[in-house]
Amino acid sequence: MTKRILTRLGTSVLVLWGAVTVSFTALHLTPGNVVDVLIGSSIVTPEVRAQIIADYGLDRPLPVQYATYLGRVLRGDLGQSYQLHESVATAIGTQLGPSLQLAGATLLVTVVVSTTLALLTARRRRWIRGLSSGLELVGVSIPTFWAAILLLTVFSFQLGWFPAVGADGWSGLVLPVIATSIPITTMLTQLMRESLELTLEEPFVLTARSRGMSDLGVRLRHALRHALVPAVTLLGWVVGLLVGSMVAVEQIFSRQGIGQLTLAAVTGKDLPVVMGVVLVTAVLYVVVNIVIDLLYLVIDPRLRSAA
Amino acid sequence: MRARVGVGAASAVLALITLAALAPGLLTGGPPDQADALAALEGPSAAHWFGTDANGRDVFTRVVYGAAPSLLAGLGATALAVTVGTALGLLAALGGRVLDEVVMRLVEVVLALPTLLLALLVITVTGPGTVNVILAIALYTAPSYARLVRAQTMVIRRAGYVEAATSLGLSQGRIILRHVLPNAFEPLLVLATIEVGIALVAAASLSYLGLGPQPPAPEWGAMLSGGRDYFSVAWWIAIFPGVAITLTVLSITVVGRHLQRRIS
Amino acid sequence: MSVPVVEVADLHVSFGPVAAVRGVSLAVHPGECVALVGESGSGKSVTARTLLGLTGEQAEVSATRLRIEGLDASGFSERQWRSVRGRRIGFVLQDALVSLDSLRPVGKEIAETLRLHRAVPRDAVRGRVLELLTEVGVPEPERRARQYPHELSGGLRQRALIASAIACHPRLLIADEPTTALDVTVQAQILRLLGERKRAGTALLLISHDLAVVAELADRILVMKDGVVVESGPAQRVLREPEHPYTRGLLAAIPTAAAKGARLSDPAAPPLRRAPAGEVVIEARDLARSFRGHRAVDGVSFELRAGETLGIVGESGSGKTTTARLVLGLLAPDRGSVAIDGQPWAGLTPRRRRELRRHIQVVYQDPLSSFDPRFTVRRILAEALDVGGRPRGEAVRLLEQVGLDAGVLDRRPLRLSGGQRQRVAIARALAPRPRVIVCDEPVSALDVSIQAQVLDLLAELQAELGVAYLFISHHLGVVQHVSDRVLVMKDGRVVESGDVHQVLTAPTAAYTRELLAAVPQLDTTASLVRRAS
Repeated sequence: MTKRILTRLGTSVLVLWGAVTVSFTALHLTPGNVVDVLIGSSIVTPEVRAQIIADYGLDRPLPVQYATYLGRVLRGDLGQSYQLHESVATAIGTQLGPSLQLAGATLLVTVVVSTTLALLTARRRRWIRGLSSGLELVGVSIPTFWAAILLLTVFSFQLGWFPAVGADGWSGLVLPVIATSIPITTMLTQLMRESLELTLEEPFVLTARSRGMSDLGVRLRHALRHALVPAVTLLGWVVGLLVGSMVAVEQIFSRQGIGQLTLAAVTGKDLPVVMGVVLVTAVLYVVVNIVIDLLYLVIDPRLRSAA
Repeated sequence: MRARVGVGAASAVLALITLAALAPGLLTGGPPDQADALAALEGPSAAHWFGTDANGRDVFTRVVYGAAPSLLAGLGATALAVTVGTALGLLAALGGRVLDEVVMRLVEVVLALPTLLLALLVITVTGPGTVNVILAIALYTAPSYARLVRAQTMVIRRAGYVEAATSLGLSQGRIILRHVLPNAFEPLLVLATIEVGIALVAAASLSYLGLGPQPPAPEWGAMLSGGRDYFSVAWWIAIFPGVAITLTVLSITVVGRHLQRRIS
Repeated sequence: MSVPVVEVADLHVSFGPVAAVRGVSLAVHPGECVALVGESGSGKSVTARTLLGLTGEQAEVSATRLRIEGLDASGFSERQWRSVRGRRIGFVLQDALVSLDSLRPVGKEIAETLRLHRAVPRDAVRGRVLELLTEVGVPEPERRARQYPHELSGGLRQRALIASAIACHPRLLIADEPTTALDVTVQAQILRLLGERKRAGTALLLISHDLAVVAELADRILVMKDGVVVESGPAQRVLREPEHPYTRGLLAAIPTAAAKGARLSDPAAPPLRRAPAGEVVIEARDLARSFRGHRAVDGVSFELRAGETLGIVGESGSGKTTTARLVLGLLAPDRGSVAIDGQPWAGLTPRRRRELRRHIQVVYQDPLSSFDPRFTVRRILAEALDVGGRPRGEAVRLLEQVGLDAGVLDRRPLRLSGGQRQRVAIARALAPRPRVIVCDEPVSALDVSIQAQVLDLLAELQAELGVAYLFISHHLGVVQHVSDRVLVMKDGRVVESGDVHQVLTAPTAAYTRELLAAVPQLDTTASLVRRAS
């Protein structure tokens, strides 16, 4: 157990350090003078230029610059966006709320829908499984941004059921959540159904049935927990995918959020913001992985005693 | 039986798309950027099967010509990622403890960043364009191949048939060449087939966001982006490229899974 | 006579075009043990599952009579079946490690049966679980109930599984291979426990591939083959005076000391003529090897001579397989040395090691995993012939030697039967013309009749080629049948060694005696059969 925790901590530190290094490298790989890269397309006074050079230690050798940057990040200083005229931390902070809302709602919908679907379709009649695996195939193949456009057109423009642009509150959340959920739900359903089907072949399931347990009881009490193990493994990947699909979805539904912020930063070459987002998502990754480890321990007692 | 029909249909779609990519002229007439201002935003008809866009360009012709850059991005990114990933994975699995640690930590760091975000970072640095999109996608998919190749190689090195070959008296080099590598590659190649579809969608997403090939180049993602503003008046501009992407990915997935089932 | 607990007549079960059970009739009375014996695919497990309504949706079941405690069960709904399962009929499968839910404490698994049938009031469940655990001989029930299957030993796990099956006092207990995968001493304990249930009045339907295992418990035996009961009758009659040739074959195929030198698959054939033992081919001196502080092998020494068979017998964890890997030079010893043909492994260049490997080959328990899945039999043999410097064309001759024809050359091992696979593995081992073959549980995964054929083949090859065997097995009968000398291992040490007859008839070590006492005995009958034929 202790070894596991230490390994996890070590990896976490490494990932964060790696993300800082990746950002620093990106800054220096971008063609052009580093000061110009940081400023991007905005125009600043010579005083501000001098300030940037001093802040980043740009007049000093590269290793010192790296150490300076690392030190600033460690203090929680993600730098300044000269295009937004605010600090990167503030910019990200104000956009984080709506994105977390979208991500949380998507995760919830995904888990509930895929668990239900997997439980209902695993080892059922051929046509049920055929139908659901057909739908899943389409689900994983549809690009999220296209699904978002279709949803917006049909349900907002044509039918007028949901607000088209940038509405806050629950009604504005429905379509974006559906769009981001489609690929994740289908992947998760597939995975959980496959592992449920494998589990239902196991001898202990036969034992449970031979005690007089009903089919539903066996699925809920025994098989589901076994099927959750691979699903939890997928969680890290799911969060990564979520962050990615948010970029397009937020843009299409004109929602505020990290995705929009990032996209604007990429197109406007606002490198400090892009670097900030990279660092924040690295922290997210670390947190998610700690959650995953804890979930494993909750689900599988064999890991608890393998300490 | 039904599965075979599906695989057949998917193969046919892939053949058609490959044809469109290699010889678009065989499927459609005029060049993809031939504008006809008088025929702008016309719906599907006998003359224009998929209608025309805001500049009066034939959507069908553009979808056909769009196959090449889209397929190229998917195939290119996957090929690059498989090559780099395999090299790294083998290095980690066979190159000793130190190399293994270094490579795998590197892989871990790259995998920690959300896929699209990493691509965006690359494009912020390099600027938009087809080649840069391929590079960006390959950079973030390569580590997962590295991880797979390493895991696969490690498992196979401990397999019963490798021990059997050792006790038969075969040399380590021969065992790796004859038994370990072929068995590690088969599942990898199948996975790569499916991943071509995923890379294709990723490339289209980047183009849609305006970071891929720049207009007026006919590329499915970019066409969708152009069609978005006219959606309420001319649905066909965004529908057909989207259908093209979905069908391509669907067919790749169907064929890939069929291969997967065949080897297992 | 009392009403049978279960009674079935002319039972047919088919899965699509496959008829798994054809016309089976049986009845089990209270306090009686009926054994259903057969090799894999005989339909014995399917028959048992029919009695619980657990054959699955794809199965087509028909019977002229299917009665459970006098009730007609042929038209039972799923709901009615559920009230039978666990309450009227308990069911025990083999290997509790996979037959109990690995993610739940065993106490909860036992409680599940009680809760499902509301056998005791809710607040009494816990107490009853502890009582049950005590009843099946699990010490410290409070602690064990909280533990997970992987935390219990094989014997305790199997006891817990039995406790969950008898929780509601079912009138019938069906045990499907309840002792397979258990060590022989643990097997004896579990059989004793089942015997206690029988004496307490529970009817027992025992399913096994092993006649010896059922011999002690069964009142009546039904022998099944290809979905049909070929012979049935009182246990003593079936074991001593089998009428059907298949039963006779099965009994004759059981390897024992008495059958030494004879062919198991054909007792009438003339015995083999063997050359006397030659020079030393393996010399192992004071071998020791630890894994993470655990001494897997500790101070093992032996000699093996050309044309001779040395058996190593022991239960799981005794260090048998580690010894084999040390001898094969796949593992370096912490202490001691192994010499093949007078040449020690230690200090050899990789090239010289490879050359030495030719002289010592190996046959594993699971041949399938020892073949590259992409290779056909032709390529498997070609690779081995190359190593031995022999032309690839000799593959056909090798196959002939192991009793296979050239037709299998272009097949992959996955498409071969278990017996055929093991023959290909033997052919591969023979290809470099080794002086000695290490056989690591080579017949443990095979049915008795196939096991007999493979053991016969090994004996013939030894007589013909003068090859030496280091024969590792957990099965005393098999070791007794094939070996000239034997090592008995326990916890990494050799507790006793010497002439096989001497060691296994007049053991000096307490452990050997314990082991022998645990083995289900059948030899008197088997020898009777052999004399009769």
